[in-house]
Amino acid sequence: MNIFRQELKSLIRSILIWSSSMLVVIAAFMAVFPNFAGDAEALKMMMENYPKELLDAFGMSNVDLATVAGYFSMTFLFVQLCAAVQASNYGFAALSAEDRERTADFLFTRPVKRTRIFTAKILAAVCAIVITNLILLPGSILLIDLFKGDKSYDKTIIYIILAGMPVFQLVFLFAGLLISLLVKKVRSVLSYSIGFTFFMYIISVFENIRGIGAVSYITPFKQFEPGTIVLTGGFDPVMIITGILMILISITAAYVMYIKRDIPSIN
Amino acid sequence: MSVIKTNGLTKYYGKNLGIKDITLEVGEGEIFGFIGPNGAGKSTTIRLLLALIYPTEGSALIFGKDCYKHGHEIRQNIGYLPSEVFYYEKMKVGELLRYSASFYNKDCIARMHELSEIMELDLGRKIDELSFGNKKKVGIVQGLMHQPSLIILDEPTSGLDPLMQQKFFSLISDENKRGATIFFSSHILSEVQKLCSRVAIIREGSIIKTEDIKTLRKTNYKKVFVRTKKGISAFPENKGVSNIKENDSQVTFFYSGDILKLLSALSLADPEDVLIEEPTLEEIFMHYYQ
Repeated sequence: MNIFRQELKSLIRSILIWSSSMLVVIAAFMAVFPNFAGDAEALKMMMENYPKELLDAFGMSNVDLATVAGYFSMTFLFVQLCAAVQASNYGFAALSAEDRERTADFLFTRPVKRTRIFTAKILAAVCAIVITNLILLPGSILLIDLFKGDKSYDKTIIYIILAGMPVFQLVFLFAGLLISLLVKKVRSVLSYSIGFTFFMYIISVFENIRGIGAVSYITPFKQFEPGTIVLTGGFDPVMIITGILMILISITAAYVMYIKRDIPSIN
Repeated sequence: MSVIKTNGLTKYYGKNLGIKDITLEVGEGEIFGFIGPNGAGKSTTIRLLLALIYPTEGSALIFGKDCYKHGHEIRQNIGYLPSEVFYYEKMKVGELLRYSASFYNKDCIARMHELSEIMELDLGRKIDELSFGNKKKVGIVQGLMHQPSLIILDEPTSGLDPLMQQKFFSLISDENKRGATIFFSSHILSEVQKLCSRVAIIREGSIIKTEDIKTLRKTNYKKVFVRTKKGISAFPENKGVSNIKENDSQVTFFYSGDILKLLSALSLADPEDVLIEEPTLEEIFMHYYQ
């Protein structure tokens, strides 16, 4: 319990900064929604001016931006980018921080099993994701209601999009965790998490432009693509199962590696 | 019962040898010295005992329990002071020590205050503001506050000023009198000699000798430099003089024996300058194993 508390305490600031940033992104986008929705004709013309490939790349070619759900799905893509970086940050940092700050010797000479250290660190990171979503979900609903104007919308679809977010983040979290153990040393967490987020995002863009087939299943940006959810009314089960499998494989492999691993010496 | 017992402990880092076939036994209440030059494998051995790393071959028992299967139980009763200490920089000293205390199933707070007082450690300071020596003090308090029955010290005196070293050594002696076993790794022979009852000498990953300290004390070598016009002729084949080297008017030799005889020989040599010092460990080794 003491390690968990210590870990979570070190994440509190980051949780607050990330979740408020995401709410600011939503607020900034939603604030101009009334202008968009009010003039459907102008909006349609504007969209036609963009090359189709660009709209495809963002997964927006079939989305009706004049509706609340359609507009929010576009907004949510940018929130997902932030959320991916946040979750990868926690993943890349959770098990590598002690090496980087050279505190591994201290922690691992305490009378605790490695399993307990692993569990405490993972739980703290998962808890950070949960707290983020507990702020994000009501915040999003509040902001949508604030800026929706006279438009009505189907709340269920918004809830489905938001409900996917914790799982979306967990895929990034655990993949980051595993990669942090596979590489020799994580020198800068942020460059890893931005790089990894970008990599996953690019796969989704390629799929949307060209269609690269089953490979695209590995990216959470496809698994939880908000535009598709609005169009189809829910998640693609195969996509979701892929995501959950990725989580399970990452956590198992990370556990096995972490337990067996030699703690690098300070020098 | 032996407190530490290793059998054929071997560690390779990839293809690089860490230690090879280390077999040693440390009895209860002993102060056991572990000496060797830098890079000889002292820290590797200690990291294996603490299960920070896993052996390639061999076994290690502490308190009769396997270091890798029961590491967390064993560590309830181990105090460890590394050569370089690093702690969570954002924490205050008191916070860090309380966090450390929360891992042990006994109350360490009273002892924490006691030790901080002795080591003159301010519990309110932030870790990242501390000097190397002060961080080391945090390490000492952290390593001793749960009154461990085995204390493992890895080059413990580096960074401590002489006064603090003295306090530290008296703390360690007290702990030993209380019944704690001490495993003391160092590359400084004199500090090991002062404290330990038995020493193992490690070099290039292997133990080359385990010896009673009394035997080592008997061969108490001094390294002597003399500048004299008389040159080497001033020191005829004297009992206890060895390794004589001459360079211009500078004479260097090792001396082992009655210091008074050395001094009288020196005064007769009409010296311009004299320096008598402790030989480095490496020199002792070279001398021993030529």
